[in-house]
Amino acid sequence: MEQTRVPPPGKRLKRVVSPVSLYPSKPLCLSDRLSLRAYIANRVTDKLTPIHDRIFCCRSGSAADTQAIADVVTYQLGFHSIELDEPPLVETAANLFRASCYRYREELTAGILVAGWDRRKGGQVYCVPIGGMLVRQPVSVGGSGSSYIYGFMDSNYKPNMTKDQCLELTAAAVSLAMERDGSSGGVVRLASISKDGVERRVILGNQLPKYSTH
Amino acid sequence: MLQETGTEWLSQEVKTGTTIIAVEFDGGVVLGSDSRVSAGASVVNRVMNKLSPLHDKIYCALSGSAADAQTIAEVVHYQLDVHSIEIDEDPQVRSAATLVRNISYKYKEELSAHLIVAGWDRRDGGQVFATLSGLLTRQPFAVGGSGSSYVYGFVDAEFRRGMSKEECQQFVVNTLSLAINRDGSSGGVAYIVSIDEHGTEEKVVLGNDLPTFFDQ
Repeated sequence: MEQTRVPPPGKRLKRVVSPVSLYPSKPLCLSDRLSLRAYIANRVTDKLTPIHDRIFCCRSGSAADTQAIADVVTYQLGFHSIELDEPPLVETAANLFRASCYRYREELTAGILVAGWDRRKGGQVYCVPIGGMLVRQPVSVGGSGSSYIYGFMDSNYKPNMTKDQCLELTAAAVSLAMERDGSSGGVVRLASISKDGVERRVILGNQLPKYSTH
Repeated sequence: MLQETGTEWLSQEVKTGTTIIAVEFDGGVVLGSDSRVSAGASVVNRVMNKLSPLHDKIYCALSGSAADAQTIAEVVHYQLDVHSIEIDEDPQVRSAATLVRNISYKYKEELSAHLIVAGWDRRDGGQVFATLSGLLTRQPFAVGGSGSSYVYGFVDAEFRRGMSKEECQQFVVNTLSLAINRDGSSGGVAYIVSIDEHGTEEKVVLGNDLPTFFDQ
């Protein structure tokens, strides 16, 4: 049995995110549509938000909520990193997200994936879904379009893939979700994070892989 | 879950939560389903066969409310029997699908069941029809039930036209296995039915024989 949740008033950011954790680098991937029920407020949003040099977050849920939380965490992490005088850990960033998402869970609608690279554990992906749980996973998907690609990710992800395989997998997964989910669409944004830095790419609509079955 | 008294399931509607799938190949169709029937959070039947025969070479896959789906299937089975005697030959798959669609559409406010109709006939070979909410559409493959949401991406990426019967069966088993892993209302064993001009073959794939994936 499924329960439908009435979305709160205000802009609803829905889409697919799927960072795939891979030592040493990690592609993040998002599609782009920001929708206000039937009106698309922005068709080229960037939902991959940098939190620190080598830590990004993927935002889903309410655009306002996630932007606010990301700003707060960026500030907290920057401060913490200066105190420590070294780059922060991805786990720290994830815990900061979790702290905000859990404390204000009644008021927020935010599903966030935190991904990045640090010297201690290499590439990592942490999932902070609505409610404020925190769990580390090798691969994670989120947002309204994510339901449609659980099967695809389960069957196609293998541990220890190369960076290019990961990028291809995430781009394919987001394209598939965009095709089925009305709230996802536009372009696909990819980011790959490793010890050498961050590489960002955009795949435009006409360059997406085609999966038509009709 | 900690304060459950244990009797809520007696008053909740019985649903075949479900994952169902039907795929067309050159010369026939393959249908597949899981076997879980749930009433709220309880599993009331873990081995139900949701692939129901409408005629020798036409089957339907049930999903949604168990009572509604079974009743539609029984009524259409009867109507198709009468129809095939009247025309004095095997009925077309499209006829069976139309009968299902007529009931689903006429009573759409009262019923909540989705049946996928698939089979083989001499005129058009293997065919799959979706009858969701009272529409009728022929498709190369169809998925349905609560578990289907999780495998749309997989079937979109993996389906190819021109697969052989064995490849279709493997595709169906993989899809069911992925959906069962993610959907709480799907589970148990996988029932597979393959229909072609030579006949109908029913198969069961037990839980431990289902394909596994990287996190199992």
